[in-house]
Amino acid sequence: MNVIRYAFLIGGGIMMLTPFFWLVSSSFKTPATIYVFPPQWIPDPFRWQNYVEVFEAVPVLRASWNTIYITMFASIGVILSSAMAAYGFARLRFRGRDLTFSLLLSTVMLPYVVTMIPIFIMFSRLGWIDSFKPLIVPHWFGGPITIFMLRQFFRTIPLELEAAARIDGASRPRIFLQVIIPLARPALVVTSILALVFNWNGFLEPLIYLRKTKLYTLALLVNSLREFESGLDWTHYMMVVSTIMVVPVLILYFLAQRAFIEGIVLTGLKG
Amino acid sequence: MASISTTPSAQPRLKLWQRLSFEETMFGWLFILPAVLGLILFQLGPVLVSMGLSFTEYDIINRPTWTGLDNYTRLFQDDLWIKSIQVTLKYVVIYVPAALVFAYLVALLMSGRIRGISAWRTMWYLPSIVPSVAAAAVWRWGLHPEFGPINFPLKVMGLPAPRWLADPDWIVPSIVFISLWSLGNSVLIFLASITGVPRSFYEAAEVDGAGIWRQFTTITLPLTSSIIFFQLIITVINSFQVFTSAFILFGSNAAGSVAGPGNAALFYMLYMYRNAFGYFRNGYASAMAWLLFLTVAILTFILFKTQNRWVYYEAGDDNE
Repeated sequence: MNVIRYAFLIGGGIMMLTPFFWLVSSSFKTPATIYVFPPQWIPDPFRWQNYVEVFEAVPVLRASWNTIYITMFASIGVILSSAMAAYGFARLRFRGRDLTFSLLLSTVMLPYVVTMIPIFIMFSRLGWIDSFKPLIVPHWFGGPITIFMLRQFFRTIPLELEAAARIDGASRPRIFLQVIIPLARPALVVTSILALVFNWNGFLEPLIYLRKTKLYTLALLVNSLREFESGLDWTHYMMVVSTIMVVPVLILYFLAQRAFIEGIVLTGLKG
Repeated sequence: MASISTTPSAQPRLKLWQRLSFEETMFGWLFILPAVLGLILFQLGPVLVSMGLSFTEYDIINRPTWTGLDNYTRLFQDDLWIKSIQVTLKYVVIYVPAALVFAYLVALLMSGRIRGISAWRTMWYLPSIVPSVAAAAVWRWGLHPEFGPINFPLKVMGLPAPRWLADPDWIVPSIVFISLWSLGNSVLIFLASITGVPRSFYEAAEVDGAGIWRQFTTITLPLTSSIIFFQLIITVINSFQVFTSAFILFGSNAAGSVAGPGNAALFYMLYMYRNAFGYFRNGYASAMAWLLFLTVAILTFILFKTQNRWVYYEAGDDNE
């Protein structure tokens, strides 16, 4: 029984990782050695130059900066606004609170499809097409899953701590900033990781809103390297940019594996 | 969700809201204000606007013109729309059960007494962090009929090797395959819920002489059913909205372009995207969006209705 189990996990695991290795190794290949069998795991010729040339062929640096910029500001926004809302929902009692919260949480099940066009129209009326605003501003209005996760955590913080601060005359915003936020660091790390990865890997929204090449994110750059778009066989460059895109997330995963996994697990738990 | 658990009050006859202080109410709403605005501006508002738009023709440059049910009647005569439904339904029907069973099975194998759990987790999870644009590009090689690592062993063993992305009948299964590759999230979620089942339950069952299979069907499965249910809902909703992999492999912005041989990769979202952002038919695309929304909503509703029959919630589990 156990033998079968380990065999399956190893076999399957290798199958899962194979494409991953191929991605990285292909980024060092020439177009001619990409589609061959058996695959060249160690490319011959080994082209480090791909990583230099790609910067001349397409604006990788620019796209990296754009992606970092969008990811940073969108993630900061969603964490700040969600933490505020989560505190309100978790700790303050007022009329309409629970109804609002259920309504907010139910939008997790609302397909993005149905809101996509009106939001696009709104932003194009504001003249925000070909700017980063449509990819950043909405995140400053909270995200339901982030709010939910932070709320669950805030509820575990002992009430006494807050009560003590109240007696010392601290206002609600001060309690939020000086009592709740410092205590909630683990939860904030977990939700931040999720937000960073989500925004970093985003594709559909950048595709809709960013048309100028100089505004491209890395994901859009990968897309533009497709044969359909470029008319050239740039698969090796596509793999270079993909690798450049994966590496930061990979580093984040290995640096904060526990928080990373915890975050994913929490998104799957029903309230 | 409705019950509010607060500490017993000294004035039991007053209703809850009468006991609430003005200060707390004010700050409460202030703290949730951004989220409430977001709810209105980016969720509820757009849903309504989208419905309104579906009765119009609107290219953003000119004012929308009211066309009544035109978009809807035209949809039902649109062969490409019908094709996109067929493609998407085929995907949903294959992907949803495959994803849930596969993820659960992997999680089950990883649970319990096992060595090197963090290595297994990493191995199975890593593909999920590959951005979907890159994943699609990688699988163009992975599913290559001649050079791909999937077909080669099949051919060596003399088994029939499908032409995957080059064969209209195999395009949807190919996309399913690509999606299954990034299944790590579900695996981690299932794994956490399976390992969350108290050991004492199994010990008691062993004392009663229950075998592994019986333990699985009477303990593991019921105690994780609420997570399975939640994953089912999310998987169904997401699988109707497949976009990136199909777009990267077959999508093109050129007018009149075909999504794969015989439009076999014309997923609903792809066709909607083309209508809205390629042809600027925002009314038509909104009608598409609304029909999809209704379908998903009805399906979700039906699933929620069935949950009493098979989803087990622990007694005393406060649902607030």
